[in-house]
Parts: sequence; C-alpha cells; structure tokens
Amino acid sequence: MSSTPQLPPIAKVEQKTIVDLIAREKRIDERNLMDYRNLKIETGLVEKANGSALVHLGKTKVMTGIKIELGEPFPDTPNQGVLTVNAELVPLASPSFEPGPPSETAIELARVVDRGLRESKAIPLDKLCVVPRKKVFVVFVDVYVLDHDGNLIDASATSALAALLTSKMKSYELEEGEVRMKDELVPLPIHNEPVAVTVAKIDGNLVLDPCLDEELVVSSRLTVTSDGEGNICAMQKGGMGPFMDQEIRQAVKIAIAKGKEIRDIIRGATGRR
Amino acid sequence: MSKSETKLIDENGLRVDGRKLDELRPIRMEVGLLEKADGSAYIEQGKNRIIAAVYGPREAHPKHIALADRAVIRCRYHMAPFSVEERKSPAPSRRELELSKVIREALETSIVSELYPRTSIDIFIEVLQSDGGSRCAGITAASLALADAGVPLREIVAACAATKIDGKVALDASDIEDKEGQADLPVAFMPKSNAVTLIQMDGSLTEDEFNQALDMAIGACKKINEMQIEALKRKYLAVKEQAEETREAAN
Repeated sequence: MSSTPQLPPIAKVEQKTIVDLIAREKRIDERNLMDYRNLKIETGLVEKANGSALVHLGKTKVMTGIKIELGEPFPDTPNQGVLTVNAELVPLASPSFEPGPPSETAIELARVVDRGLRESKAIPLDKLCVVPRKKVFVVFVDVYVLDHDGNLIDASATSALAALLTSKMKSYELEEGEVRMKDELVPLPIHNEPVAVTVAKIDGNLVLDPCLDEELVVSSRLTVTSDGEGNICAMQKGGMGPFMDQEIRQAVKIAIAKGKEIRDIIRGATGRR
Repeated sequence: MSKSETKLIDENGLRVDGRKLDELRPIRMEVGLLEKADGSAYIEQGKNRIIAAVYGPREAHPKHIALADRAVIRCRYHMAPFSVEERKSPAPSRRELELSKVIREALETSIVSELYPRTSIDIFIEVLQSDGGSRCAGITAASLALADAGVPLREIVAACAATKIDGKVALDASDIEDKEGQADLPVAFMPKSNAVTLIQMDGSLTEDEFNQALDMAIGACKKINEMQIEALKRKYLAVKEQAEETREAAN
C-alpha cells in the first residue's frame, strides 16, 4: 500500500530561505531557476559489465551497469529481445535509504527510466532475437544510486542511456540451431536517445533540476522524456501538489529544449555519434 | 507500444467500437454500495468494472506512520486475478505498486488532510475487470468514495486518458486501442481549480499532438466530473426518498 511519505525534517528557516530566494528568481545553490547542475559522465568504469556509466549531476551520483545475457523471450513477443530495468537506492547513498525490498520510489524510478528507453525504441529489440521463441538477448539495465542529492530520475535516465551507448556484446554463430558465442565484441545497437528532464514546482515557480534541499519543499515535479527527434516519449508527474495545465505545456517546452542539450553532452561523453 | 497493424479507425473516421475520436465509452457510476466501508463507489467505463472503498479518517496503524500535522493517506490499486485475459497473480506487481503511488498523489491533492492529524485515510481500489484506462476509472471511483465517506475535499477529482490511434489523437482508449495505439496519456483533473493532479505518458507524441491530447483529456475530465456529481446526488436523493417512505408508513 502506498502511504504519504514521512519527509526528513528540514529547518523552517531553510525552507523559508529556499522559497524566498525562488521568489526572487534565485536558488539556494546560486543557480538561476532554469539552470541545470554541472553534468559529468564517465564511462567504462566497470570492465566486467557490457557497458557502464557513472553520472555526476551536481553532487548526485548514479552508476548504471549493463549486462547482456542469453535468455528466453516473453511468449507474446517471441521475436524480440528483452529489456529489464531495475533501480537500487543503495543504503550508502542517503540516510533515508534502507536495505530491503525495493521501495515505491525505487520502483517508480526504474519504471520511468524503462518507459523512456522502451517507448522511444532506443534498443531495437527485434535485432536481439537469436532463435525465435527460444533464445534472445536479455539486456539488464541496473541503475545504482550512489549519492542522493536530488533529481534521481534525470541522473538515472542519463546514466542508463550513456551506459547503453557504450555497451558491447559478444557476437555469435548459429550451428544447427545451437548458439555459439564468439569472442569478438560488437556494439549494442541503439536507435534512439531518450533524455529525461525534470521540472519541479516550488511555491508556484517552475525550476529545473531540483537539488535535495529543494526537493524537500517541492510541491510537485514533472519529468518529460523526449527522444532524438524532439518527440515526447514518456512523462511522469510526482508529488502531492497540482500542476496548472499551462504549467505543464511550459514544462514540456523547457524539457524538450534542455533534453537536446543533455543529449549532446551524452553523445560527447560516449563518443558514439 | 507497438506500431499498429490492425486498423483502429475505419474509412468513416469511426473507431473499432463505433465511437468518434473524442467520444467517451459508456460510463455508469454508483455511490455507497458497500455496507462496511465508510465510503464506496463503483464504476463501469467500457468493460472496466472497478470498485473503490474508503476507510477513515481512522486511527493510524501502525502508529509510527502517523503524521503530527495531517492525516496519512494510504492507497492500494489492485487488480483481481480474474480481471484480465490470463490469470494475474494476486501479489502486487511493480505496475500496481507504481500506480498506487501516483493515484495516492492524485487524490492527496484534493483531500483537506490537515483537518485530521495523526489519523489515516485508506483508499482501496479493486479492479474486477480491466479494460483500457483502469487507473483513471479507479481515480474517478475513489474520489467519489472519498466524498461518500464524508472526507473534506477541495474538489472531486475526475480522470480520463487520451491516446493516439492510427496517428490520430483520440479519447479514452479501450483495451485493444491501448495495446495497438501509439500513445497513452492518463490525466486526473480538478475542474474548478484547473489543476492537473496526475499526468503520465508513454508512447510517442509531438509537442502539438501532446497539447491536443491534453486538451481532449481535460475536456473529458470536466464531463466525467459532472457525472460524478450526478451520481452523488442520486445517492442522497435515494436516501431522501427512503426517509419519506418510512415517514409515510409510520403515519
């Protein structure tokens, strides 16, 4: 059952400072309302994974590792590979994360990242079919939150895409219906580059990329994932407050424009295109 | 969402079930059908059959979940094992867990929870049969159940999804349109405050298509909101008639 969260306490004075600053179009970390934090992407840190990326979004750190293994297709999609996204809020990342089964926050995070990748058809799953009905490649995207300083969705989606763009998989041969893996590595095919951008609402103002202190006073957030053609492929509202319909349209515009910039940063860091 | 191969719009511009692009499926609502719950509501929307119940405000259990300055809202969206083609395990799926969260948030916006500190208000949504748009129909029913329970609301929340079928923006997708369509945009809305309390999207929409779909969904929420108010009125009209009958019988 989903329950109203108990938010970590934030001093009234800090809360007031954040809100007052935003009323004057300033932020607690000296950014402007529409500034994104510095985004740094490192790839290939985990050699045993098929691909990996560590994203630093300000002080938020998220690592994604990709594992690609042979497995069985789903019965309703016998000619398609399988994409699985999981997110772990690792306890070392925040005093509010605890070990145990995934929280609803972790599930939502994984599902929002998943929707972006799936709906934009970033991975052409039909190309991952080896033997229809029997053998397909399964792409495991494991998002690992290592340091939580806000805006986990954007950082996670970015690290997932960067990791996928640098993923390599073993090539294979078919011998009388048997699959023989070869040592030669080929890049994982990627056909689209979805980027998630989160716009948060604080005291009636829209801000980009909230840090953790700001998230504690955010009434609601809207994540818009746009693809390489500037189409929207996924959206998710969170938080207990409402969005006015004009605010949503404005957020969509902001997110598509910012998504383009972030996509260029990801392309630069992965050297894929 | 798969690119549709089946044709979802015919040469007359009508959909598989004969609807126009901006037409809702038939909707029926009933308020207060459960005996034990503090509030309840039932909705049929297309083939959706959904029942929602509210308990509370009641003492928060376990105690540590209680909040000092407001009621805790708890919500469970759950699909019955027999609600879909192939039996679904009764254990909550990741989809149900996510939907429970976004539905809670969608309803929480409307509840004046600060009136009931240290209590919990529990919302249960059971999908008995699922068609496209079950989360939206669930929200529509749950908001009625909250009103029926007498929980103070800023406004009743109505919800409806827009979709894209055969490249055209349309309203209120049925199961097949949901599976074969190219986008799904569920929206929950409070008409008087012009406030969107839930929005999600998957598929592919251009910005223009999105704006058109959002307009369509909001328009539908306004219509559904009127139906909700009618359904509530019907319940109290029935109570009034019953009271009058009892009085007459006594005389």
